[in-house]
Amino acid sequence: MTEAVLLSRVELKNSHTLKVYEENEGYQPLKKVLGKVEPGVIIDDIKESGLRGRGGAGFPAGVKWGFIDKDSPKTKYLACNADEGEPGTFKDRLLMMEDPHQLIEGIIISSYAIGVETAFIYIRGEYHKEADILDAAIAEAYKGGYLGKNIQGTGYDLELILHRGAGSYVCGDETALMESIEGHRGNPRLKPPFPAVVGLYGGPTVINNVETLSAIPFIISKGAEAYSAIGTEKSAGTKLFCVSGNVNNPGVYELPLGFPMKKLIYEVCGGMKEGRKLKGVIPGGSSTPILLPDEIEDLELAYESATPGGFMLGSGAVIVIDDRWCMVKIAARLAKFYAHESCGQCTPCREGTTWTYKILKRIEAGGGQEGDPELLLDIQDNMFGKTLCPLGDAAAMPIIAIVEKFRDEFDQHIKEARCPY
Amino acid sequence: MGNLSDSSIKEIKKIAEKYPTTESALLPALYIAQREKGWLAKETMDDIADVLELPKVRVYGVATFYTMYYKKPMGKYVIQVCTNVSCMITGGEEIYEHLIKVFGIKSGETTGDGLFSLLEVECLGNCGNAPVMQINEDFYENLTIKVVDEIIAKLKK
Ligand SMILES: Cc1cc2nc3c(=O)[nH]c(=O)nc-3n(C[C@H](O)[C@H](O)[C@H](O)COP(=O)(O)O)c2cc1C
Ligand code: SF4
Ligand code: FES
Repeated sequence: MTEAVLLSRVELKNSHTLKVYEENEGYQPLKKVLGKVEPGVIIDDIKESGLRGRGGAGFPAGVKWGFIDKDSPKTKYLACNADEGEPGTFKDRLLMMEDPHQLIEGIIISSYAIGVETAFIYIRGEYHKEADILDAAIAEAYKGGYLGKNIQGTGYDLELILHRGAGSYVCGDETALMESIEGHRGNPRLKPPFPAVVGLYGGPTVINNVETLSAIPFIISKGAEAYSAIGTEKSAGTKLFCVSGNVNNPGVYELPLGFPMKKLIYEVCGGMKEGRKLKGVIPGGSSTPILLPDEIEDLELAYESATPGGFMLGSGAVIVIDDRWCMVKIAARLAKFYAHESCGQCTPCREGTTWTYKILKRIEAGGGQEGDPELLLDIQDNMFGKTLCPLGDAAAMPIIAIVEKFRDEFDQHIKEARCPY
Repeated sequence: MGNLSDSSIKEIKKIAEKYPTTESALLPALYIAQREKGWLAKETMDDIADVLELPKVRVYGVATFYTMYYKKPMGKYVIQVCTNVSCMITGGEEIYEHLIKVFGIKSGETTGDGLFSLLEVECLGNCGNAPVMQINEDFYENLTIKVVDEIIAKLKK
């Protein structure tokens, strides 16, 4: 087993407290670099570590930080994305509840490296207890001299503000998230300009996921090489996989990237519940195309992995579906989600998601017509790559995959004018 | 004014100072008001607009965008049942349909005695414990219909 990078403390009693964190190497990395190591050197370290963003897109964290013009006269900001809205995803919750100081330390070191003096954590509104725990941890960090003015006597100042969302998936998109922090409706902004140039309050801004930032203390403490030694060449480090659905032991597991999908399901998670047959796996959150059992046969969980069925690592949210479930029904439920969460700013997404849901609901209810599968694909095609924010793609991808891979199920619904399940 | 309490107004003003701009305090302000009043009436939102010196339509616009701000009175217990995929394939939909029957209301409605509001919601970010629901601020996990019945019976007492 590889060394735990992110979950080394979660089993400890009171792991969420400053005391336990400090007793277990906590805030040592910060003391090692703050005021002692040049910010640029830290950015280079993170680049070298190979750490990639864990929010879904896998963009190299150090490279993202490097986009910030360090000489910009504008105020710079960092926002930690704790929106955790992608269905199937529940990993950041664990990090925030069981090791909030690891995240806070990651935010402080990152902010120092980027030249930020005001940082935010954007946490989804439904996480009440989680926000309370974070709030308490932030208060402890202020008291302990890790936040606020003149941190640990280094002359570096950082304010950290916890901002609660209020029930909106699209606010997980980095530009909508900024709108929401600024007190607006969560309507995504057109890119460019990218947040690194014009972000929060018009200043250069870095947005990183909770899991990404939680890995920073380890990299600083053990070195970039120790981190990149874990995982594969293009996917360094460990990843939290959150497995849900029809397995015996659903939960969050920290595994080196490159870990085999089959082993995750059948060994780590104890296999299929009640010995049922696997029908499909949504590998990286609801937006990622579903995979058939034979498509996961030799699949390694890494960003660069490719299968003919189109693999995406996404947020690491693995949803395991057994053979009792109707795929038209699952597609309809996903479509309902995207139709509900579309912000409505652009026509292809607003109309496309609503229409897709209506058609799928109709097929599931027995009112399917010949040509419906083609129509569904056509609508997705009109959405894919043609919307303002990536939600349009996120809505289209899973529907395309389900219609194409389970075409016979659609035909059966239409032919029999009912759901055969 | 006179609708929002002085302590809420004070809290909102204090939070606004933390942010780079006053209007950033709008989401927290709506939560503070909702905590005091249970929901956001037009007059309540108007008070917020006054405190933060924002146009009233700005406040309405934000309140209507986010689902967690209630635009009508809610029951004492707001039950949010997740029916997204991980919960659906572990029994979440049956639980939601069961509650519809038990309460005789649809999503978004409140029982006649004002005790329960039912909401069908999207993924609550707790799929490892599916099926889940939230009652007010608490998660209830690994649900079965029997467990749900017990929870409801307890709340009725
Ligand atoms: C509709 C939508 C929802 C998103 N939701 C989340 C989310 O809940 N959490 C997250 O970290 N990133 C989410 N993202 C990705 C963010 O826009 C952003 O890429 C990410 O936070 C960057 O962090 P990373 O580089 O550390 O991964 C979402 C993107 C879109 C388009
Ligand atoms: S793609 Fe959808 S969610 Fe994104 S901006 Fe357009 S309408 Fe809004
Ligand atoms: S699907 Fe129900 S909590 Fe995620």
